[in-house]
Amino acid sequence: MLKTFSHNSVVHRIGAAALTLFGVAIFVFIMLRAIPGNQITAGLGTEAAALTPAQKLALEQYYGLDQPLVVQFFSWLGNLFTGNLGFSSRAQQSVLDLTVAALPVTFELAIFSIILALLIGIPLGMLSASKPDSPRDALGQIVGLAGLSIPAFLLATALLSGLASSLGFNPNGQAFAPLFSDPLLNLQQMLLPSLVLGFGIAAPIMRTTRTAVLEVRSNDFIRTARAKGVPPRRLQLKHVLGNALVPIVTMTGLQFGYLLGGAVVVEQIFSLPGIGRQVLLGIQQKEYALVQSTVLVIALTFVIVNLLTDLTYRLIDPRVRAS
Amino acid sequence: MSHGFRFTRGAVSALGIAAIVSLAVSGCSSPGTPAPAESAKSGGSLVVGVTSDPDTLFPWKATQFQAVNVLQNVYGTLTEFDGDLNVVPGLAESWDASEDGLTVTLKLREGVTFADGSTFGSEDAVSSLTKIQEQATAAVSRSALASVTAIEASDENTVLLTLSAPDAALPASLAVINMAMLSSDDTEEALNTTPNGTGAYSFDTRAANQSITLVKNTAYWGDEPTLKSVEFRVIPDESSIVSAMQSGNVQMAVFDDPLVAQTAESGTITIAKTPQLSYHALQLNATRGDLTDVNVRLAISCAIDRQEVLDTAALGEGEVTGPITSPAYKSDTDARPCPERDLKKAAAYLAKAGKADGVTIKTIVSQGEYATSVNESQNLKAQLAEAKITLDVETLESGAYVDRWIAGDFDAAVALNGGRPDPDGMYGRYFTSTGNLNKVAGYSSPELDALFAEGRASSDPKDRAAIYEKVSAELEDNAAWVWLFTSYSYTATDSAVQGFVPMANGSLQYLRTTTVN
Repeated sequence: MLKTFSHNSVVHRIGAAALTLFGVAIFVFIMLRAIPGNQITAGLGTEAAALTPAQKLALEQYYGLDQPLVVQFFSWLGNLFTGNLGFSSRAQQSVLDLTVAALPVTFELAIFSIILALLIGIPLGMLSASKPDSPRDALGQIVGLAGLSIPAFLLATALLSGLASSLGFNPNGQAFAPLFSDPLLNLQQMLLPSLVLGFGIAAPIMRTTRTAVLEVRSNDFIRTARAKGVPPRRLQLKHVLGNALVPIVTMTGLQFGYLLGGAVVVEQIFSLPGIGRQVLLGIQQKEYALVQSTVLVIALTFVIVNLLTDLTYRLIDPRVRAS
Repeated sequence: MSHGFRFTRGAVSALGIAAIVSLAVSGCSSPGTPAPAESAKSGGSLVVGVTSDPDTLFPWKATQFQAVNVLQNVYGTLTEFDGDLNVVPGLAESWDASEDGLTVTLKLREGVTFADGSTFGSEDAVSSLTKIQEQATAAVSRSALASVTAIEASDENTVLLTLSAPDAALPASLAVINMAMLSSDDTEEALNTTPNGTGAYSFDTRAANQSITLVKNTAYWGDEPTLKSVEFRVIPDESSIVSAMQSGNVQMAVFDDPLVAQTAESGTITIAKTPQLSYHALQLNATRGDLTDVNVRLAISCAIDRQEVLDTAALGEGEVTGPITSPAYKSDTDARPCPERDLKKAAAYLAKAGKADGVTIKTIVSQGEYATSVNESQNLKAQLAEAKITLDVETLESGAYVDRWIAGDFDAAVALNGGRPDPDGMYGRYFTSTGNLNKVAGYSSPELDALFAEGRASSDPKDRAAIYEKVSAELEDNAAWVWLFTSYSYTATDSAVQGFVPMANGSLQYLRTTTVN
C-alpha cells in the first residue's frame, strides 16, 4: 500500500508540498518570535515603559501573547484549517480579507513584469547569441549587466521623481485603483513598477536565453535543418528558440515565484497595496498571525508556480512527455 | 560560415507594441491627473500624504504619529491647545479649582453631539475619565490622572474631579488625544472600526493600508470646519510623497527629514519650518557603573559641543536645547554648567571622580527609529574620545532598542523623546521618584520631587515658570541627561492650500481652518 503511494507522483508531490509548507510555518513562527519586541512595544514604542504590570497584562491578553508559544502555534495552525488566517488589529480586518485584496495586486504586477521581462530578455538574448563577442553581443551583455546591477529602489525612485517633476506624471500618487473598478488608472499605476521589475528580471532571462540558444545552435539537428533549406527566421524561432525554451521557462517560473512573494521595495515606492507590503507592515507591527499566514500563502503560491512550471515542460518538450 | 541570427522585424515589433501600449495607456490621462481634491468646491477637499496607516483608531491607545493626527480631527477633548500651545477650552467651556486646589469643576459645553448624533454630556465625560483610569483599559495617559481620586457628575453638564493634591498640570493633561471624550455607549471594539467623536471631522471610509477619509462634521460645536473632506493617503516612501505633491495628487505632507523637505520645495510647494517640542538627548543612567558619580556625568556634559552634533548629524537644522523645550518654560542653555564645550573642565570633573584615565560608557542607539540617531552617536563618540571618555556604542534594530530602553537596560542611550507643552507632563513622569518612567530616566532626587510637587500646586504662570527654571537647573547641574537639540518639522503645502497652522507638538488640528482653492 505504502509502495503504491510512494510511486504515485501526484501524491508524492502533494505530500512534499505539505511538508514544505509545515516547515515554512514552523520556521516563520520561530523567526518572528526571535525578533525583539512584540505587538505591544511595536504599537506603543517607548511609551510601553509607562504601562503598569496590570495594563501590560491586559494588553497581552488582548493580543493573545499571554498564551504559551506551543498553544499560540497550534491555535493558529488549527484556525488555518477552518479558513481563519487570523485578524489584523491594525487594519481591523481578517487576514483572509486582506490577503484576498492584496494577492491580485501582486499577481497582476508579477504578470506584467514577467511579460515585460520576456519581451526585453528573449530578443536581447537572441541578439547577443546571434553573433557572440560582437558589438551587438556586447550591447546585450551591457543591458543585461545594467538590469542586474541597478538596484530596483534607485531605478524606481529616479523614474518616479523624474517623471513627476518634469512631466507631472505620477499615477501612483493617486489612490490605488483595482483592476476591475478602474482598469485605465490601474494599468497606469502598474506601468512604472512593472518596468522596474521587468528590467531587473530581463537580465537573467537574457543571459539564460543567450546561453541556451548558443548551446542549441551547436547541435547536429540545426545543421541538418539548415542543410535542408529551412529559412533563417523559421530556423531561429522554431528550431533554435523552440529547443532552448526549457531553461528559459525554468528561469521565468523561478522569477515569477519570487515576484509572487511580493516585490517589497517596489510596492513601497509605488504605493501598491500588494502582498509584499502586507508582510512588511505585519513585521513592523509584529502582527504574528498576519505575517505567518501571509508567508504561508506566499509559500503555497510558490509551490503551485513550481508545479505549473514542471507541467509546462511537458507541453514544450516532447522528451519530458515521453519520460 | 556561421548563419547568425538577425534581430528580426518581429522582435522589434514586439518591443514596439509593448512601448506603444504603455504610452497609450499612460497617455489617456493628462500628466498630473487631478486628484479628487482639486475638483471640490467650498473649502475644498484635501489630500494629506502620510507614510503609514494608523496602527489603531482607538484614541486612548494611540501613540503613533499618524494615528494621533487622524484622531485629533475626529475626537474632542475637554481642553485643547491653541496655536501657541496655551490651554484653551474644548468640550469643557471652563474649569475652576477650589481654593485648596483639591476639587476641579468642569463646565461642559452644551449642544455638543457625537458623529452618530447622540448628545455629549457629563455622563460621557465621567465614563471616559473613569475608564481611562481603569487598568484593564490599558490607556496610555492613565498616569496623567494619578492625582484624581473621584470623578462624578453634579448635573448633565458639570463634572467634579476630586484630587489627592493640587494639580496645575491637569488642564494640559486633559488636552491630549489620549484623553478623548467617548460616548459612554461606545466600546473599544466598535470604535476600532467606526470612530465616533465630537471633532471637527467625522470618520467616513478606510481602505486598510491605503487611506482614511474624514468628512466635515456639520454639527461641530466650534467654527464650521472649512474642508469638505480630508483624505490621509498612505504613500510609504517620503520621496514618493514628494513626487505625488509635484504631480498635484497630494496637497500637503509633514516631513521630518530636512533633505526630503529640501527636494519638495519648488514653485508650487512651500515648506513651513516649525521647531518641535521633541528633543534629542544622550540619556545617562545614573544608577549604573561610573555614571552614579555626578562628576562623570558632568564631564560628559562638558565634553560635548551640542552645536557640532546638530551640524554634523542634522545638517544644522534645529536648535541647541536644554531640558524644557516648551516655549513658555524654555530652558536657558547658557545656564548649564558648561554652556560651551570645555575639555579642561571635563578633565577636572573626571579627576574629581577619580577617573582621570577615562571611563567607558556602554551606549545604545537605534537604527531606523529616526534619521539622525546613528550620526549623532558617531559624533558624540568622536567628541567624547577627546575627553578620554569612550562611548561603547551598540547599534540596535528599533525593536531591540525599544526593548532595552523600556527595561532601562543601558548605561547611556541616544534618544529622541517626545515633548509636551507642560513641563510637569513632560518630565514629572521621568524625574520624580514615583514617576512611571523613572526606571528609564535613571535619576531622581528629593529636590526634584519637591520642585515638581510645588509646580503642580501652583497655578500662577509666573511662579510656575520660576519653579521649572529651578527644575531645569537641577537637571543640568546634576547632568541627569545631556540634552542636545530640537529639530524642525517641515510642513509642505501646495499653493492651493491656505489657512493651515503648523504646531510645535506636531498636531494637525488646524485642518479645521484649512482651505483648498
